[in-house]
Amino acid sequence: MSEAILSVKDLVVTFGAGRTAKTVIDHVSFELHAGETLSLVGESGSGKTTIGRAILGLAPVSGGEVRFRDKTISNTSRRERRKTAHDIQVVFQDPYSSLNPSMTVEDILVEPLKVAGIADGRSRVRKLLDSVGLPADSGSRFPKEFSGGQRQRIAIARALALEPAVIICDEPTSALDVTTQAKVLELLRELQERTGVAYLFISHDLGVVNSISDRIAVLYQGHIVELGEAAQVTHHPAHDYTRRLQMSAPVADPAAQRERREQRLALFAAAGAVEPAPAIAQQPTV
Amino acid sequence: MLTMSILKKLARAIAVFLVVTFVTFCMMFGNGAGIARGVLGLDAQPSDVQKEVVKLGLDQPLLVQYGKWLLGVVTGNLGQSYFTGQSVNEALASRVPVTLSLVIATLILTLVLSVAIGVTAAIFGGWIDRVVQFFTVLGAAVPAFIIAVGLVFAFAIALPLFPATGYVALSDDPTAWLHSIALPVIALLIGSVASAAAQIRGAVLDVQGRDFVRTLRARGIPEGPLLFRHVLRSASGPGLTVLSLQTIALLGGAVFVEQIFALPGIGQLANTSAQQGDVPIVMGIVLVTIVFVLVVNLLGDLANAALNPKARTR
Amino acid sequence: MTNRPTTEFMLSVTPQPTPRRRRPLIVRLLMKPEGAITIAFLLFVVVLAVFAWVIAPVPPNLTDLNTVNAPPFSPGHPLGADQSGRDILSRLAWGSQPTIIGALIVLVVSVLVGVTSGLLAGFFRGKAEGVGTFVSDVIMSLPGIVLLIALYTLTGPNIPAAMAVFGILVAPTYFRLVRSVVVNVRNELYVDAARVVGLSNTRIIGRHVLWAVRGPVIIQSAFIIAAGIGIQAGVDFLGLGDPKQPSWGTVMQDAFNNIYNNPVGVWWPALLISLTILSLVLLGNILRDELQSTGVRPLSNRSKRTLTRDSTARPVKAVPGGENVIAIRGLKVAYPQAGGTITEVVHGVDLDVKPGEIHGLVGESGSGKSQIAFSTLGILPKEAITLSGSIWMDGDDLLADGKRLASARGSKIGYVPQEPMSNLDPSFTIGAQLTYGLRAVRSMSKKEARAELLALLTRVGIRNAEQVFRMYPHEISGGMAQRVLICGAIASGPKLIVADEPTTALDVTVQAEVLELLRELSRERGLAMILVTHNLGVVADICDVVSVMRDGRIVEEADVESLFASPKQAYTQELLASSRSVEIIEEAS
Repeated sequence: MSEAILSVKDLVVTFGAGRTAKTVIDHVSFELHAGETLSLVGESGSGKTTIGRAILGLAPVSGGEVRFRDKTISNTSRRERRKTAHDIQVVFQDPYSSLNPSMTVEDILVEPLKVAGIADGRSRVRKLLDSVGLPADSGSRFPKEFSGGQRQRIAIARALALEPAVIICDEPTSALDVTTQAKVLELLRELQERTGVAYLFISHDLGVVNSISDRIAVLYQGHIVELGEAAQVTHHPAHDYTRRLQMSAPVADPAAQRERREQRLALFAAAGAVEPAPAIAQQPTV
Repeated sequence: MLTMSILKKLARAIAVFLVVTFVTFCMMFGNGAGIARGVLGLDAQPSDVQKEVVKLGLDQPLLVQYGKWLLGVVTGNLGQSYFTGQSVNEALASRVPVTLSLVIATLILTLVLSVAIGVTAAIFGGWIDRVVQFFTVLGAAVPAFIIAVGLVFAFAIALPLFPATGYVALSDDPTAWLHSIALPVIALLIGSVASAAAQIRGAVLDVQGRDFVRTLRARGIPEGPLLFRHVLRSASGPGLTVLSLQTIALLGGAVFVEQIFALPGIGQLANTSAQQGDVPIVMGIVLVTIVFVLVVNLLGDLANAALNPKARTR
Repeated sequence: MTNRPTTEFMLSVTPQPTPRRRRPLIVRLLMKPEGAITIAFLLFVVVLAVFAWVIAPVPPNLTDLNTVNAPPFSPGHPLGADQSGRDILSRLAWGSQPTIIGALIVLVVSVLVGVTSGLLAGFFRGKAEGVGTFVSDVIMSLPGIVLLIALYTLTGPNIPAAMAVFGILVAPTYFRLVRSVVVNVRNELYVDAARVVGLSNTRIIGRHVLWAVRGPVIIQSAFIIAAGIGIQAGVDFLGLGDPKQPSWGTVMQDAFNNIYNNPVGVWWPALLISLTILSLVLLGNILRDELQSTGVRPLSNRSKRTLTRDSTARPVKAVPGGENVIAIRGLKVAYPQAGGTITEVVHGVDLDVKPGEIHGLVGESGSGKSQIAFSTLGILPKEAITLSGSIWMDGDDLLADGKRLASARGSKIGYVPQEPMSNLDPSFTIGAQLTYGLRAVRSMSKKEARAELLALLTRVGIRNAEQVFRMYPHEISGGMAQRVLICGAIASGPKLIVADEPTTALDVTVQAEVLELLRELSRERGLAMILVTHNLGVVADICDVVSVMRDGRIVEEADVESLFASPKQAYTQELLASSRSVEIIEEAS
């Protein structure tokens, strides 16, 4: 097994203070190895997006630590944080708000290169566009001239610009149509083969996650309930919650789906009550 | 909890009161020598000026002076005029009702008219909306004092229908009061309705576009009840904010209108006292104004809490 | 088995055609008549001020007892003279200078104070925001003129000082505006992306935030300058200005004091002040339209009717047979675009739904499936145009008569929306809105309605129905809200439910439960359903019949088994392939 380049130990993230404090991540630990894809899967309130943001320095780390190649990157000064920028990059979920509408595609792709002090970034732009399958003349256009799937490619190109070791993919295909989703996942796979980048892939969709991951971590309300090889987690889940997730996602085959439905109903009738009690609304955290 | 939020708002209002009165106090009482010279006359001797400063208590530190004034406010003594010696309370007592009757009458009419016009423009759209937009831009842009002068020209001179000056108290003769206050109210009303109607129209349009309105329509609720029960309820929050902002604007407009129509209200008094340099009176008027504004805002917040459940938890 | 799309396919994807590059702002403004007129008038005022020494026939303070109260067009006094014989035109011309200077002081002070504080408060939040909001509230809680009067006791007649203070008094408008724009921008993902890329805060503010702020600030500035001119004229009018220097307000004051002797005299200053302010306000409105609107104007009702008449209507062969709960024929829907054209989004769709049948309407975004759902209920957005088509229910064409559509809505056809939280009225309790909605279509007493609804809420899986009845929407969770909405849709006993992506916004475990619920309700009550979705798994789970939509047309329709086993169209095959490539396929264990 290759070395762990990103390690998260006992991560705790709490928002708010005093009476209104809410612990969104409760002692989460895992490691990401070079060149692998580790997925974090969970529903709303599981804290999966917050983990990604905490690693990126966009959410406060209240406890535990995040290390990149044996260097602690959590709770460091902003200047220190900026130095790690070229190691860890991100692709966000919403292709419509993750690109500044007033900047051309070229400006968007050059920005990270400028910040890193790389001179002559503009010549790199063509290569970047090429690597994500966009035509070379896209540089002079604005984001609004592109479709959702194309914008995600631009976002991926931006993430690649600094040749990072890790890319955090925060639900990168959730806002896309199913055909576009398949193409973008294929692109991500291809890029990993070519560049050896590691992905921390965050999603609510166990099916998507299964098609792209080496290992999967299942999150429920701020805890990891299961962590293991992708095949094992999706086909032979050890934890009840994982099983529930797996059985709840419908498949595009009526006969198979009928069987799954019956299995699911039998499983949960045996297990007892299914729904949580009508609680007061959860804070929208993820 | 509702009481918690009311207490919080009350505390905030008191904080605002203290800051505003302190800043204005310092501004006006800061130049002790200048005030004294204003009282004695421009050619007064420096030694006399100094004596006057001490006599009026202007040599003490501002914080102390403010503290004394605040104490006076609480006990009901606002000081005395530098020029007439009359107590500020007395000077204000006869004039506050005049301004209040002007402002409150305008406020009530603004409420009724702006809601009617704003809602109509929002639901009918088309040419009605365009006409309303045109007139609201016009009415809100032209300053109240120019409208007032125009009204004097049109209805007091060209067509002598209304008195150009003078005020009759409501308690003395209701019809004469109405007659004397008609032009002043109209002068303020035009700008006030124009501005409020435009904002209410915006608030209603905004609510109409929301998802839940579409869902309620899909459930079969007819357009009329949909509008009056659901849309207006949600638009009432922004609507109340608009109206409490209008109050502040009306108080400002009242200053001009009282001057033009020679109404014996606090606006006119403020103007003449300021030009004379009669600082205690101006300070008293600032006090009355800020209290009125804070009370109206508090009432607006209470009404908002009553109509909008989410606001109660804040 | 799974078909992975090839790289060539990806490379052949091209961006949409570039919209024509827009002309610079000033040109666009001048091209509009209102824009040209207002800019011309404002230029005139500036010229008046700058060239007052040329334009004014006589010095402004020159009194001439021979020409007291001279009427307009008198020799030497084009606009007449005031009660001291001073020329009104000269006074107004010279008076333009302090007016413009005063307005600029207001603008500069308020922008410096308001925009900077708004930027800091919006970007850094926390204490900066708290303090800023409090100070802004304090400043806005006094009428400006009262404070300016109080200022007079300190400074005497000093218009520049008064205008600077007024600038501070109006700074809160910039503060609030900028703060709210910055807060919104700060939440945008592209700002997060910039931070991850390593931009410092200063670079982020400079590059990303300021750009978003400049439009609203420019628009607001027009209004602020107008307010500055207004208040300055007012302060002068009250007599708090400099008596030695003429200004628009003092000319107005003189004219008003003299109104009985020379009524016309008030016209000139009144017109000059009003027209200048109006020009600025109109310019602000035009700027707002240019910088912020999308340029799409909804069509007038008359244009809509013409279009509906003109578009080719397919001849209806006969009223479709009564074995369908609903039959849509030839539905065409269009939307207006910038530039006055319209674009068709639904190109003549036919759809049949049998009683008790769950009919899936599947497609990707932009396929038009939601448009069809909204059309059956008559809840398309205001700007939508139904070009042609008919919707047959119980022997009547709902589209032919708006009243029929309105009466079918809610009672015969129910609606389950996509996003649970935003579809409940936040001002009413759950119980109140459900009861009211039910009694709007069925005549029953409040008690009866309440009893029925409570039973129904329990049926849809909400325990403590009585407690939920009393709650407000912001107090319940998303899954519960969706059940409440389903309850609301079926309470009136409709024959058909139109569900627009009813589970897309829900967690996958909740989704499975809600689908189960919908299936049970359909079987129990013989409810037919049109289920709009982009998820083929959902279709396989619950639907009996499927129609696949693409670009406003139905490309394939079949019963669910046939469609999945042997899809005929290439597009359907592609959808299935993409969908299956991300599924959990059971291993043979």
